[in-house]
Amino acid sequence: MAKDLHTEGNGAALKENFATDQDVRWCPGCGDYAILAQMKKVLPELGIPQAKTVFISGIGCSSRFPYYINSYGFHTVHGRAPTIASGVKLANPELSVWIISGDGDGFSIGASHLMHLCRRNIDVNVVLFNNQIYGLTKGQYSPTSPLGKITKTTPFGSLDAPFNPLALVLGAGATFVARTVDRDTRHMAEIFRRAAAHKGTSFVEVYQNCNIFNDGAFAALTDPQTKLDNLLYLEDGQPLVYGGETRYGLKVEDLALSRFEAGEGQDGEAHLHRETGMPMAYLSMLAELNQVPGMPTPVGVFRNDNRPTYDAMVYDQIEAVTQRKGKGNLKELFITGDTWQVD
Amino acid sequence: MKTTSKLKQVTIRFAGDSGDGMQLTGTQFTHTTALAGNDLSTFPDFPAEIRAPAGTLYGVSGFQIQFGSNPIHTPGDEADVLVAMNPAALKTGLRYLRNNGIVIVNTDAFGDRNLRLAHYEENPLESPDLAGYQVFPVEMTRLTKDALEPVELSHKEKERAKNFFALGMIYWMYNRPLDATLDWIQQKFARKPEWAQANTLALKAGRNFAEATEIFTTSYQVDEAPIEAGIYRRISGNEAIALGFVSAGEQAGRSIFYGSYPITPASDVLQYMAQYKHFGVVSFQAEDEIAAVGATIGASFAGSIGVTATSGPGLALKGEFLGLAVMTELPLVVLDVQRSGPSTGMPTKTEQSDLFQAMFGRSGEAPVPVIAPQSPADCFWAAFEAVQVALEFMTPVIMLSDAYLANGAEPWKIPDLDKLPPVRARIVEAGTADFQPYRRDPETLARPWAIPGTPGLQHRLGGLEKQDGTGNVSYDPDNHQKMTEYRAEKIERVNRFVKPPELNGPESGEVLVVSWGSTFGSVLSAVEELRAEGHQSISFVNLRWVNPLPELLGQILPNFRKVLVPEINMGQLGNLIRARYLVDTVGHNLIKGQPLSVSGLKSAILKLLED
Repeated sequence: MAKDLHTEGNGAALKENFATDQDVRWCPGCGDYAILAQMKKVLPELGIPQAKTVFISGIGCSSRFPYYINSYGFHTVHGRAPTIASGVKLANPELSVWIISGDGDGFSIGASHLMHLCRRNIDVNVVLFNNQIYGLTKGQYSPTSPLGKITKTTPFGSLDAPFNPLALVLGAGATFVARTVDRDTRHMAEIFRRAAAHKGTSFVEVYQNCNIFNDGAFAALTDPQTKLDNLLYLEDGQPLVYGGETRYGLKVEDLALSRFEAGEGQDGEAHLHRETGMPMAYLSMLAELNQVPGMPTPVGVFRNDNRPTYDAMVYDQIEAVTQRKGKGNLKELFITGDTWQVD
Repeated sequence: MKTTSKLKQVTIRFAGDSGDGMQLTGTQFTHTTALAGNDLSTFPDFPAEIRAPAGTLYGVSGFQIQFGSNPIHTPGDEADVLVAMNPAALKTGLRYLRNNGIVIVNTDAFGDRNLRLAHYEENPLESPDLAGYQVFPVEMTRLTKDALEPVELSHKEKERAKNFFALGMIYWMYNRPLDATLDWIQQKFARKPEWAQANTLALKAGRNFAEATEIFTTSYQVDEAPIEAGIYRRISGNEAIALGFVSAGEQAGRSIFYGSYPITPASDVLQYMAQYKHFGVVSFQAEDEIAAVGATIGASFAGSIGVTATSGPGLALKGEFLGLAVMTELPLVVLDVQRSGPSTGMPTKTEQSDLFQAMFGRSGEAPVPVIAPQSPADCFWAAFEAVQVALEFMTPVIMLSDAYLANGAEPWKIPDLDKLPPVRARIVEAGTADFQPYRRDPETLARPWAIPGTPGLQHRLGGLEKQDGTGNVSYDPDNHQKMTEYRAEKIERVNRFVKPPELNGPESGEVLVVSWGSTFGSVLSAVEELRAEGHQSISFVNLRWVNPLPELLGQILPNFRKVLVPEINMGQLGNLIRARYLVDTVGHNLIKGQPLSVSGLKSAILKLLED
């Protein structure tokens, strides 16, 4: 039976520094730096040693990430990180496996693998850097770019409807689904901790600013003047309320979230957010909320459910079959079926 | 008056409707033949349709066996005997029957409807169609039903036992005891006594009928073949491959990770591997071909023996990932059970047309060793060796089997476990001082295998070019040249590790035949028959390792007046040999979805001898 890596370190912080000696080669000002910094901060706190940590990426700006983390790492093929990560985890469930991907890598060329990873609920953590643009190939629109977006390949505006990443992974059965923003570093660190603690596929979408090809895509969520009016912080058991000067609450009406101005002491009328055991109808309302004009963007943990992980079931089955049949014996295997002796 | 005559080898083809139980009949005859001490080779020929409508031409299921008192290398070009259970089986089976061959026909199945389904305008049994053959018409259905009088089954059910009646006749014809099949029936139908009784009665009735009737005048005796002592079982190529992988894993003391996506004709191997969980095998049915190889590479990175399998179209999808495996120098075995292409082609039919894809189907300079098993039983050893080389040289290895080997079967001498060769993994232990992920072994040029979880050996792999030694990302021009050369030279050095191919015949002469993989049996038979006919100046070499090409080839090629390269493709090995050795090879290229015929090969060799 594999050891449970979620409890192995007992949360005791390690002194290990997860930085490598490689120069970090993202553009100055890129949101990726903040994500790397938070990851390096959180990893030692998890109590899982460098040698048992594996970072796997596909191709894209974000996918350089493993080179900058002193753990085992694998920079693989465009879109295919979930496949490699699945193999790593199935070969050795005692490893803590992180997938680093981007909107092009994870939702265009590799979309199907991501869905199947969530469906199987393999115990790995996905951090998807969503900057709504192709950065490494220098500025083409991505499957999360908004309709009408002008880029090098859509000089007259994009006609491609974007994916809603969280709706997709929720639909595919991901058991831990969260969103955070690159500039909100403390929130991001907390989400990483929660993702690591979850047993099963954890999916974290990070809104990440590409200051070269799509600068300001998330400005409304990061600008101190506007962010409070546009961000809805999800907290388990807490009401759906947000706002700067004016405070708003959200309640469920006619199968949708509707907004009301929440005066003093009116938070209680807002819907209480629950991460666990909620139906898809509710999760969809949250995932689609920021597509509704005037509605805020939820960040935090959308879902935190438990169901058996594929990797654990694989080894349970191996153990069960071995108990029933006895440990494999080549000689017996060879002599299966009709045999005959030649003298 | 009945006579017995002695034969050296015989080919029988059982053919009937998919529901007539021809595979079972063939398998039973094969087992009894093996027990009688003959050498043998078999090939099933089932319809591509999963449930083809009864009586149709495309619904015919065939099973061919060649057996003899001399060594047998193929299931036979042409059948001496065709057992045809209905008009469609007769029509499709005649193509495989030699002139003056024997046809045993179930006349009860030749009603109007079946004749129409087989597109016969008149009953062939009453027309000159069968003039060139010895025809034995037997009312198999009626005779079976008569024999099953005491059995409590419906008429329809009783009819189903007619394949055992046919088998009984063939057992009489070749002087075979019924015991093994009777035992099998008792075991198989232990819980269905009425079926055990029905099949037993039908088998005996068939034998007794053949003995009593005046239709059959001659029975045949095929003596024991000189076979190496040991315990044997009949094995198909796909079955043997699965056993080879499991054995190599056991020898290496590491788990096999088998990641695959269902594709004809490779799916059987995944099905077998899924049964071997008690050997610690992790079998993973991935969402697609790309995910299958990706997960397998991930498992190899994490310390398992990664094996993935596919057929031609799937190999195309895996190409990009194979480039990554070459770059990251991880051990990996990729099995391609080749089928007729391009595209969907003829998925159940054989071909050797993925050699170029295996050699070159990747971006960049990405050489990999390629092994091609030469017979169903050799599939075991080829799978085993593929794992050995993958681990020894830290490289992906492509194994090219094909539909013919996959489904064909022959006796397999069960290996002595103590004599299985070792399988060595180049694992770096924790605490190894001054570890570098790309520091090469001076002999093999393999890099070390540092497995995630091992303290102190953390490193990063990836598809970007690696700096020699450290494995850091490098864009240095001289480094890229050097690493490209290392990757090529490493594959050449596989020759130092694997057994060179055997040269069959003298080192110089008139004609050298160079084949690869599954055509071995047909070519060997052709060469042996020609020698027996007095043509001595023929030599033959079959390549199991097609990449790297063996040193022997370069040494002997200039010593022959003509070089023939027979292949089930348009000349892919021929092209490789021409390019490498500047030798004017002659091709014998037939792309019909069928194994090469011995007679066709003999003509091709004779033509060169006479040129």
